Amino acid sequence: MLTFIVRRLLLAVPVLLGVVFVVMLTVDLLPGDAVSLMLGEHATKDAVAKLRDHLGLDKPFVVRYLEYVARVARGDLGRSIQQNRPVAAELADAWPATLELTVAALLIATVAGIAAGVASAVWPNSFFDAVARLGSLFGLSMPIFWTGLVLIVVFSLWLNWLPVGGAGSLNHLVLPAVTLALPSVAMVSRMTRSAVLDVLREDYVRTARAKGLGELWVLGRHALRNAFIPILTLLGLQSGQLMGGAVLTETVFAWPGLGRLMVKAIFARDYVLLQGAVLLFALAFVIVNLLVDLSYGLLDPRIGRQG
Amino acid sequence: MNAWARFRRNRLALVGLVLVVVLAGSAALAPWLAPYDPARQSLVEKRTKPGAKYVLGADEFGRDILSRVIYGSRVALLVGVLSALIAVVGGLLLGTVAGFAGGWLDAVMMRGIEILLAFPYLLLALAIVAALGTGALNTTIAVGIWGVPAVTRIVRASVLALRETEYVGAARALGAPVTALLRRHILPNIVPSLIVYATLFMANAILLEAALSFLGLGVQPPTASWGLMVSTGRDVLLVAPHVATVPGLAIMVAVLAFNLVGDGLRDALDPRLRGSA
Repeated sequence: MLTFIVRRLLLAVPVLLGVVFVVMLTVDLLPGDAVSLMLGEHATKDAVAKLRDHLGLDKPFVVRYLEYVARVARGDLGRSIQQNRPVAAELADAWPATLELTVAALLIATVAGIAAGVASAVWPNSFFDAVARLGSLFGLSMPIFWTGLVLIVVFSLWLNWLPVGGAGSLNHLVLPAVTLALPSVAMVSRMTRSAVLDVLREDYVRTARAKGLGELWVLGRHALRNAFIPILTLLGLQSGQLMGGAVLTETVFAWPGLGRLMVKAIFARDYVLLQGAVLLFALAFVIVNLLVDLSYGLLDPRIGRQG
Repeated sequence: MNAWARFRRNRLALVGLVLVVVLAGSAALAPWLAPYDPARQSLVEKRTKPGAKYVLGADEFGRDILSRVIYGSRVALLVGVLSALIAVVGGLLLGTVAGFAGGWLDAVMMRGIEILLAFPYLLLALAIVAALGTGALNTTIAVGIWGVPAVTRIVRASVLALRETEYVGAARALGAPVTALLRRHILPNIVPSLIVYATLFMANAILLEAALSFLGLGVQPPTASWGLMVSTGRDVLLVAPHVATVPGLAIMVAVLAFNLVGDGLRDALDPRLRGSA
């Protein structure tokens, strides 16, 4: 088990190195002088030269890349240009809020998506099934930044139940988490429906029914367990969607997380901070998918861990 | 039964097709359909509620929202179509090269694709826009590049599968050049899946363009882009909710339309996938 985890983590290293490479390369292709753009047109020559030197921009790309990787390996992500604080400190301030938001959204997506999908599959072509399928079509088509604004109008402006934005209490979390979760609820319920329908056609489900087991027992013990594998894979992929969606949701609800930090970094042309934030997101994505792979073995003993 | 007959039996897909035609029509005929100039400002009428003069109301600068929504369909469709083209052409090139070359080149390219797929949704496009700068063209490029990895994988997989078939082997033995193999044998086999992918990609491209524009990193003012309109409306959300919410409806309808058509095409063109989610 441990060797499997270590191996998978080691395999993730080249991918993360590649992510850093791509981000640094895109920044490097930036037309014009990045430093003059960052400092604005009134910057003195001296200041420009100082920042260029600080960022090591006079060195060749490969050297800069290797230096950055070496520093990251020691836990040093550099200093942000705008705030002149260690990037690691800025990320440390922001990530708990994003974690809270995405975990809440993932929970909503899992519970609501699986419940709706199972109900759809158990009563196919019923009224509920039709509503759920139509709902998931809309859920996949709504831009979440818009959903967020509509929810603010309804629940904050009209009903006055929940705050417009900001963070700090459970009430603040409800609207952003629901907004972020909606497209994933739609995806998960679609996937659950078809996975459960497939499993319900299997021989072992017929056998279970034939030996007189109750329908709930058949569903919980035989059908759901086997339907969980594709659902779990989807949840892993959805976590990437949630991280991207967090950038939009955090902007709409003024949620003090990584997504908002990233957008600010782009506007300020603070590439040191941007690189750190993208790297952290990619690392989180890799870890989530590793966890998904590990849990396959727990759900289905046939899947070995030699992987 | 042929593909069109299968498609036609799918009522939802037909609804989607009608919506796509409406969108295309509004983009093509915008100057004749729009009741006002989309840039015409009338500050005394700012934030007018929907009514007789402005059917969908007026925005923060007193511009007619209906006219801007109609003109916005041009931006959405143009970015969608062009980025889908970038994704398909780029993916075809890379996928063919990887599939035919095999060996270390294939391995390197596939690792590269894996790296691009390791970016959580939206972040790759954000990184590209951060580097290229904002604007309609750069947004299109960013959205297009975001679609390349998936197409590359589709194309490479079919090249690998078809490369081993006897008829392709025979054509190669007779000395057919790779371009001829591609045109005669590979392309006809993958066109259906590419059409399905491109249609569903259009839906995602419209969403992504809207998202980038909403963040202020996509299409720039004063162009009428739906995402941008939602973003401007956000500042007056609590006094005039219609300014932000109406253009968002347009985004949803457009995305829904392409999703419905894409789902219908998949069921009609690719019978193996029928009935799956």
